Amino acid sequence: MSKKVGLLTTLFLLALATVALAQEGAGTAEKVEGLRFFLYSAVAAGFGIAIAAFGCGIAQGIALKSSVEGIARNPEASGKVTVTMLIGLAMIESLCIYALVIALILIYANPVSSLIQGFIGLAAH
Amino acid sequence: MEHPILFVNLLLEKLGLPVVASASQAHSFLQYLLLPHVTYTWVVMAVLFILGSMAAKRLEMVPRGGQNFFETVIVGIENFMIDITGEEGRFAFPVIATLGFFILLSNYMGMIPGFFAPTASINTTLACALIVVIFTHVIGIRFHGVKYIKHFMGPIWWLTPLIMPIEIIGHVARVLSLSIRLFGNIMGEELVLAILFFLAGLYLAPLPMMFLGLFTGFIQAFIFCLLSMMYFAGAIEEAH
Repeated sequence: MSKKVGLLTTLFLLALATVALAQEGAGTAEKVEGLRFFLYSAVAAGFGIAIAAFGCGIAQGIALKSSVEGIARNPEASGKVTVTMLIGLAMIESLCIYALVIALILIYANPVSSLIQGFIGLAAH
Repeated sequence: MEHPILFVNLLLEKLGLPVVASASQAHSFLQYLLLPHVTYTWVVMAVLFILGSMAAKRLEMVPRGGQNFFETVIVGIENFMIDITGEEGRFAFPVIATLGFFILLSNYMGMIPGFFAPTASINTTLACALIVVIFTHVIGIRFHGVKYIKHFMGPIWWLTPLIMPIEIIGHVARVLSLSIRLFGNIMGEELVLAILFFLAGLYLAPLPMMFLGLFTGFIQAFIFCLLSMMYFAGAIEEAH
């Protein structure tokens, strides 16, 4: 099932511009531009969240490293150190969440998303 | 994205009310009123009301059962808050506790299949963040009067034209960060659960993500309340 989904997605992405050109009708040039815009935004969304997750992983790793060292030095303070660490981790994670929201906006709330959905038949365009 | 099955939406459709799946399809006021994030907020309100009235029905001096649990939780939150804001912040405790319970219960409702978390919509989280930030300014004006403007002016008087726009932008950024942090966490969780369910639902693939969802739901409610307490503390104390 997942292989079929992957294959369909790749075919769709690769054939985007050619299928658009093959469509008859008025406004073909705008449709091609719109679909190309969506293609670029989808690529940007993927790279954006990947870079954000990369930075977030390193930052949370550093925070975790210091807190584990603190607990190892002073096991009595483990409660306070754990609470502070969790608060810090949530703050760092929120930066990655901002990038995720932008990626979601690029894919699902794109200005040309109605065009895409009309193209693949999910909604009336 | 396919439309999920929501129980309250099915119930309202049986009653004959116009229910739409998302905000882009709503046209009349009644359709906007019956969007999933509004109706599930009502569900959360009803559950909290029932729990609260059950716990406070017959208050006893030596508490048992539900009253004991709620007393422990509420006293714990209140002590934690007084640690951060000081004694003068005690009046702001009901706002914090209500927001905390509401956000916690909303986050957990997203984990139940067939229910929708109201905090998974930017409308709910933006409302909560606006309440906190506007209440911060109200507290500041109530405690300091006109001198509240000194909070925005910075330590040295001739740096004010530089510092005041930065402080104002910082306050606007508080609204954005509070709302988007909560929204992104819960919406991301629901999205991952929906996609995993679509891909491999029969093999119970969403289950580990649900445990993670319980964890992050609690942490996000805690972080929201902690940041609100810190903003209140910053408005109550003297300007530096």
